[in-house]
Amino acid sequence: MNKEVKMNVYRFDPNKDKEGKFQEFTVPVKEGMVVLDAVHYIENNMDPTLGVRWNCKAARCGSCAAEINGKPSLMCKTRVDSLGDKIHVAPMKAFPIVKDLVTDVSRNWEIARKIPEFTPKKGLKEPWQIAEIDVSRSREFRNCIECFLCQDVCHVIREHDKDYIGPRFMVKAASLDTHPLDSINRSKFLHEEGGAGYCNITKCCQSVCPEHIAITDNAIIPEKESIVDSYYDPVTMLFKKIRGKHGQ
Amino acid sequence: MTNENYKSIDTDLLIIGAGGSGLRAAVEAINSGVSVTILSKSLLGKAHTVMAEGGIAASLGDVDPEDNWKVHFKDTMVEGVYISDWRLVEKLAKEAPDRVYELERMGALFDRTPEKKIMQRAFGAHTYRRLCHVGDKTGLELLRTLEDKILHSSNVKIMDEVFVTKLIKKNDKVIGAVGLDMKTGEFIAINSKSTIIAGGGCGRIYEVTSNSWESTGDGIALAFDAGAELMDMEMMQFHPTGMVWPPGVRGLLVTEGVRGEGGLLYNTKGERFMLRYSPQKKELDARDVVARAIYNEIQEGRGTEHGGVLLDISYKGKDFIMKKLPGMYMQFKEFAGVDITKEKMEVGPTTHYFMGGIKVDTETNSTNVKGLFAVGEAAAGVHGANRLGGNSLADLLVFGKYVGINASAYAKTANLEKIPEAEIKDEIKRVSEFINPNGINPYSLTEKLRKTMSENVGIVRNEQNMQKALSVILDIKKEYKNIGVGGNLQYNPGLLQCLELHSMLEISELLVRGAIMRKESRGAHYRSDYPKKDKKWLKNIVFKKNEDKVESSTFLPPEMPPYLKEILPEETYE
Ligand SMILES: Cc1cc2nc3c(=O)[nH]c(=O)nc-3n(C[C@H](O)[C@H](O)[C@H](O)COP(=O)(O)OP(=O)(O)OC[C@H]3O[C@@H](n4cnc5c(N)ncnc54)[C@H](O)[C@@H]3O)c2cc1C
Ligand code: SF4
Ligand code: SF4
Repeated sequence: MNKEVKMNVYRFDPNKDKEGKFQEFTVPVKEGMVVLDAVHYIENNMDPTLGVRWNCKAARCGSCAAEINGKPSLMCKTRVDSLGDKIHVAPMKAFPIVKDLVTDVSRNWEIARKIPEFTPKKGLKEPWQIAEIDVSRSREFRNCIECFLCQDVCHVIREHDKDYIGPRFMVKAASLDTHPLDSINRSKFLHEEGGAGYCNITKCCQSVCPEHIAITDNAIIPEKESIVDSYYDPVTMLFKKIRGKHGQ
Repeated sequence: MTNENYKSIDTDLLIIGAGGSGLRAAVEAINSGVSVTILSKSLLGKAHTVMAEGGIAASLGDVDPEDNWKVHFKDTMVEGVYISDWRLVEKLAKEAPDRVYELERMGALFDRTPEKKIMQRAFGAHTYRRLCHVGDKTGLELLRTLEDKILHSSNVKIMDEVFVTKLIKKNDKVIGAVGLDMKTGEFIAINSKSTIIAGGGCGRIYEVTSNSWESTGDGIALAFDAGAELMDMEMMQFHPTGMVWPPGVRGLLVTEGVRGEGGLLYNTKGERFMLRYSPQKKELDARDVVARAIYNEIQEGRGTEHGGVLLDISYKGKDFIMKKLPGMYMQFKEFAGVDITKEKMEVGPTTHYFMGGIKVDTETNSTNVKGLFAVGEAAAGVHGANRLGGNSLADLLVFGKYVGINASAYAKTANLEKIPEAEIKDEIKRVSEFINPNGINPYSLTEKLRKTMSENVGIVRNEQNMQKALSVILDIKKEYKNIGVGGNLQYNPGLLQCLELHSMLEISELLVRGAIMRKESRGAHYRSDYPKKDKKWLKNIVFKKNEDKVESSTFLPPEMPPYLKEILPEETYE
C-alpha cells in the first residue's frame, strides 16, 4: 500500500474567491482509511478552515456526499485504497456551493413539503394490524439516508432543475404509496407537479445509491406505471392498488 | 429585521436540537398552537438519533404477552441501580407503548409478528422481548417520520446548521439565544418566550465513541452556563461492542441487536467468557457488566491484536442475518472487509450514552431556570447509573411529548422579551475572536482532552488517574484562552471546534469531579479503589454554577409509593 496519498480538495470561499480550484495536500495513509479520514487529517493538521459537512461517519446520516474522482459517493464509505494515489474530492454539482465541499441542499426540503404526506385509511381498528409481507415492500425505500447523491447525478435535475422532484423524492413517494395502510394516490401529484415524465430511466441514480436502493427499477418505474394507469385506465389502477396493498 | 451583523427572530417556543426528542417536542408544540423555531447544528434529518439501531423499549407484550409496564419499570430501576428518579421511570414505562402506537399512526412502519402485531426483540437486561424495531435502522424511521410530520406543518421554522453559542437571560429567565448560521456566517438572535434544550449527549469527550460529530454536550453546557442544575455527571455508559478495526471506524457501534438476535462472545482462547461473568444473563446482561467483562478479557491478554474480543452471529445463517441485521452486514463488509455471515466480528467497548445531564422537574421537564426546559439525552434522571438499550428512544418519545406540552403552555403565559443589542454584540465579539490564525489549534487541544478522558476516566476508574485527568483538564482550560483558527465565520469547522471544546471541557471537568466524589462503584461508574456499592451513595450528585463558582450538592427523590415498592425488589448491599 502507498504510504502517502495526494488529496486534491476543491476549495472555494465565497468571501474571497471568484471561482474554485483544487488544492493538493499530501496525507499519510492508514489501513482501512476512508476519504473522510483523509479530509479530517487535513482539517486537523493542515487547514482547520476546510469546509466539510459530516456527522455520523458511519454511512447512516448521509451528510458527507461529494464527488470523489468524479463519482458521486459518500466520503465516509469510500476507501482510500480503492482509488489509486491521486484523489480528487469535489462538492456535489447539482446544488449551489456554500464553501469548499459544502453545498446548499435546502431545495430538497421544499420538495419534501410538497409530497402528499402519509394519510392513513379512515376507521382502522387500533392497534393496527399489518402483515410483515406488506411491510417488506416499503422497507427498501425507507432505507434512504437522504444523501442526495441520486439527485446530484440525475441529468434531468442538472439540466431542468425546477421541473422534476428527482429520484430521492420518487423513492419517498414510493415509500408512502407502499405503506399498506396509506389511503391516497400520489400519481396526480407526481405527474402534474412532480415532473415524473422527465425521467427517462437512465438508471444513473440507482448506480450511485449508497443504500443500494433499486431507485429506478423498484420506485420510479412502478410509479410511472401507476401514473399511466391512473390517467388512462382508472379501473386497472384501482385494481392494482388494491391488489398491491392487500393481495400477494 | 436585519442589522449589520445579525438577524433577529421572534418565536413563542425555541427548540435547540432536531434529534428525536426535539422533533417529538415540536410536533406536540405545533399541535398546541404556539409558533415554533427549531435550531440544529447539523442538517435536518441528520441528527445523532438517525444512528439508533436496535429499537424502542415499550411493553406492548406483542411477542411476550407476560410483559407489562411494571416489569419495564422494575428492569429500568434495577439496571439504573436505584438512582433513577422513579417518577420519571414510571412515566416512561407506562407511556412508552402509547407513544410507539402514536409513531406508527404518524407513518412509521415497524417489523411485524406473524399475528400482524409489532415485532419486539430481546435486548440486554430486559426481562422480556421488548424492543419495537425497524430492522437495525429504528432511529432513521423514527426521525424521518417526525421530520415528515413537521415539514407538513405550518407555524414552524426549521433553521438547520445554526450553531447556538449562548442562552440569554433577563432577571433569571431565559429570553432567547444567540447562534451562528454556519452556512452564511451570519449571527442570529432568537427572542423566545420558552426554550427547550434537546441538544443530545457528549460521547465525543472520549477518544473511542459511537457518537456522531455533534455529540459534544453543547446543550448541557449552554444550560449549565445559564445556571441550570446538572445531575449524574459521572455516569457515562460504555457500550460493550464497538468496532475496533480498522482505525478509522474504531468505536463505531455494533448494535446490541446482534446479541439480542443470538450473537455470542468469545475470547481468543475460544472460550465463551460471559458464561463465567454472568451465568444467568450471559451475553445479554446489562451493558456495564458485559463491557467490564470484555475490558477484563482484553486486559488479561485474551483479546485480539487490535484490542478486542470476538462476536459471532454467523451460525444463524445468511438469510436470518440479512433480514435482521442488514445494517451490520453492510457496516462490516464495507468498512472492515468482514463478512459477518461467515466470519466473527472483532469488538470492544465504546463510549456510547450519557446518563447524566440537565436536572429536570419530573412533572414538566422544566429546569431550575425560568423559561428553560430540557429533554432527551441532554436531560438526566431516567436512566440513573446505567441505561437499558431501547430506553433512550422511548425516553425521547415519552418526554418529548411532555416537554412539548409544558414548554408550550409556559410560552402561552410568558411575555416576549427582546434580547438587548449590547448582549448580542458582546456574544458576536466573543465568538468572532476565535478567528485568529495565530491561536492554538483547537484540534490538538481536543485530542489531548479526549485521550486524557479515555485513559483516566474510562470503564475502570481510580482516584489517582482521575486526579491526573482533572489537572490536565484544568491545564487545557488555561490553554483554551489562546485558541483560534484562520479563515472567517462561514462554514469553518475549526471555529466550531473552538466552540465545542468549551462544552467538552465543562462537561469533562464535572464528569471527573462527580466521579471523584462518588466513592463507590455503581452501574457504569466502576472504581477499582472502591469496587463495592455503598448505601451512602444511594443518591444523585448535582452541580450548579453560581456566578463563576461551581457548587455541588446531593439529591434524593421523595420516597416511592407502596404500589411501586411492591414491584421493585429491595436493593441489596454486600
Ligand atoms: C449508534 C447508536 C445506536 C443507538 N441505538 C439506540 C437504540 O437502538 N435504542 C435506543 O433507545 N437508543 C439508542 N441510541 C441512543 C439514542 O440514539 C440517543 O440517545 C438519542 O438519539 C438522543 O436523542 P436526542 O434527541 O436527545 O439528541 P440527538 O439526536 O443527539 O440530537 C441533538 C440535536 O441537538 C443539536 N445540537 C447540539 N448542539 C447544538 C448547538 N450548539 N446548536 C444547535 N444545535 C445543537 C444537534 O444538531 C441535534 O439536532 C443509540 C446511539 C448510538 C450512537
Ligand atoms: S433514472 Fe430518472 S431519476 Fe434516475 S438519474 Fe435517470 S433520469 Fe434521473
Ligand atoms: S435514494 Fe439512495 S442515493 Fe438517493 S438520497 Fe436516498 S440514499 Fe441517497
